[in-house]
Amino acid sequence: MLAPDAHPVLPSDLVACQECDLLQTEPQLAPGQTASCVRCGAFLARNPPDSIDRTLALTLTAAVLYVIANVHPLVGLETQGRLVAVTLFEAVRVLWQDGMMPVAALVFGTALLFPLLELVMILLVLVPLRLGRVSPRLAPFFRLVRSVKPWGMVDVFLLGMLVSLVKLSHLASVILGTAFWAMAGLILALTFAGRAFDTRLLWQQPLPDDRS
Amino acid sequence: MSTHALTARAAGLMSCHVCGQLARVPAAGPTATQGMLRCPRCNAPMRLRKPASLSATWALVLASIILFVPANLLPVMTTTSLLGTQQDTIMSGVIFLWQSGSWPLAAVVFFASVMVPLLKIIALVHLTLSAQRRSMLNPLARTRLYRMVEFVGRWSMLDIYVITMLVALVDFRGLATIDAGPGAIAFGAVVVLTMFAAMSFDPRLIWDPLADRSTSDHD
Repeated sequence: MLAPDAHPVLPSDLVACQECDLLQTEPQLAPGQTASCVRCGAFLARNPPDSIDRTLALTLTAAVLYVIANVHPLVGLETQGRLVAVTLFEAVRVLWQDGMMPVAALVFGTALLFPLLELVMILLVLVPLRLGRVSPRLAPFFRLVRSVKPWGMVDVFLLGMLVSLVKLSHLASVILGTAFWAMAGLILALTFAGRAFDTRLLWQQPLPDDRS
Repeated sequence: MSTHALTARAAGLMSCHVCGQLARVPAAGPTATQGMLRCPRCNAPMRLRKPASLSATWALVLASIILFVPANLLPVMTTTSLLGTQQDTIMSGVIFLWQSGSWPLAAVVFFASVMVPLLKIIALVHLTLSAQRRSMLNPLARTRLYRMVEFVGRWSMLDIYVITMLVALVDFRGLATIDAGPGAIAFGAVVVLTMFAAMSFDPRLIWDPLADRSTSDHD
């Protein structure tokens, strides 16, 4: 059952803060501006310039970097002529084989699966949007992006890797792999993509004269 | 100003947590049809407040408090080398980093792995308890505290990744190997449970007592 739409009788720019429930009018935002709740300061809306094109460009960049970051070894360790290099997936597999299944699953989810899902879902929403097709069918994908986002932790993983390398630096010489740098780029691309995305575009009715 | 501020709930409205659309709360009340109402714009399930927010948060916080003990007492890592076997807890890993001279990293790991989970649990207990008692003190400060808990929580996963990389890299058979210990499972569970606890807490509950007071003033 659909809840009764309140907007036919209410101003269309009336919004409720998601964190304190205060009703307020969303201000007209100049490109690049962000609106916050007048009472609690929570994020209300953002008006990033060129939202769809920039988000799409950054997300595609992130997708390419994601592939590189997972195909190549992250780091290598060299001691007495022996080199041990691992990819992210191999690291998870070693953990799994060690009997640490819950931890391996956690790392697999947060460092591999959820970031991938986030990328795929953003693209599934953005590509039709770029082609001018706003469809209610996009909504479930967008909802999935929202629920998956907090569990993608590539940035935390990169810091964790740095800490482990410092711990090992006295044992062996450490070689940073291609994937390490790709992962650093991936974090930047994902962060900026998140900032460039104006989620309000998803819910706007496509007016004939409102297109780009 | 804030005492006369009108909230969506007081106006008989609820907002969609996905797209922000406002909808009227049906006359029968949201509880009568809970779970069945959907957003007229994006079709996401619509509720006035997160369902059973306080009891869900309590359950998750209590579970993480219990697991916090083995997470810090059990070894997260076992190093086997020619020199013997050494077991490390979260804290002894921090001490090792400190003693080996990398004190900035020791501080980062100490903050992410020891301070953040502890402060997060304390903050969640404070938030849930004060919301349950319908406290009207410092709602803004408590909302900021909630935001901080949500933002900082994921960084506790740091040690899990450190262990993963150490286990994967240090596998010089006959020379040295590192294995993960049972503490790592408990520690990972604490991080996940506190993240779920923060997600199940509804920050609007902090502000509801203020709105209720101002509506009763009008009556």
